[in-house]
Amino acid sequence: MILQGIAFYVFAALLVASGVMVISARNPVHSVLFLILAFFQAAGLCLLMGAEFIAMILVIVYVGAVAVLFLFVVMMLDINFRELRKGAMEALPLGALVGLILLAELAAVVGGWIVAPNVAAIAGAPTPSIDQVSNTQALGRLMYTQYVYLFQASGIVLLIAMIGAIVLTLRHRPGVHKQNIGVQIARRREEVVAIRKVTTGEGV
Amino acid sequence: MEIGLGHYLTVSAIIFTLGVLGIFLNRKNVIIILMSIEMMLLAVNLNLVAFSTFLHDLVGQIFAMIILTVAAAEAAIGLAILVVYFRNRGSIRVEDINMMKG
Repeated sequence: MILQGIAFYVFAALLVASGVMVISARNPVHSVLFLILAFFQAAGLCLLMGAEFIAMILVIVYVGAVAVLFLFVVMMLDINFRELRKGAMEALPLGALVGLILLAELAAVVGGWIVAPNVAAIAGAPTPSIDQVSNTQALGRLMYTQYVYLFQASGIVLLIAMIGAIVLTLRHRPGVHKQNIGVQIARRREEVVAIRKVTTGEGV
Repeated sequence: MEIGLGHYLTVSAIIFTLGVLGIFLNRKNVIIILMSIEMMLLAVNLNLVAFSTFLHDLVGQIFAMIILTVAAAEAAIGLAILVVYFRNRGSIRVEDINMMKG
């Protein structure tokens, strides 16, 4: 139990610290790297809660795909970030005010809130005992039966996002010569080869 | 020192607030704004997973996975728009994004 507490506080402290660094680092590359650290800590918290599959998915999707995508874009675009940071401190009072109000509201919600006594009875899908079914297996059983339409819909969301990203970033530059296989194959001998009779000593 | 639901909710509340604060602090930098949005989605995910495990209801983890999907799609589309915008205008300053006069 004590080990769990220590692990929780380490993960939580590192998560909050890297969250602060994400929004306050001067160099956006550092921001992305701290975002990756934050994702790892969140995965650790999920692991601590017993949601192993979500933890692994967090590492794979967030760290492996999303954060690396951010890193690519930050490093690819040639942007003067120092200029972008100007005036950040002007917004600090307003931002701090909004943040404090939000935090106070959330604290009030978390502090003055109790679990309804009959909540276990109305659970949508009660978690099976961990020594019978592992977390991943239980999630799979639920997701591929009861929530299969939701699963398919999220697949469609990803497909549309992929198509959208490709359509947005694809560009046709004029003046670039590319191989056009259809035209090459459609060429016929009669259209492109002409046979001439050449008299000797005169040329064509 | 029993770690309960309240602890996890507090952490995710702090992360969510940091995301909001990040949007306010980096109003000129779209990339940091997108990262802040990712952080807020992460906080929501933590919240869902915490409720799911402490109330013994697996549906919360299904929700978390759907949110993860949407977050990945959002990041991909957002960064694609960013790249196209930079290609066209040579800048990603938020105050320059005013072509539609919204």
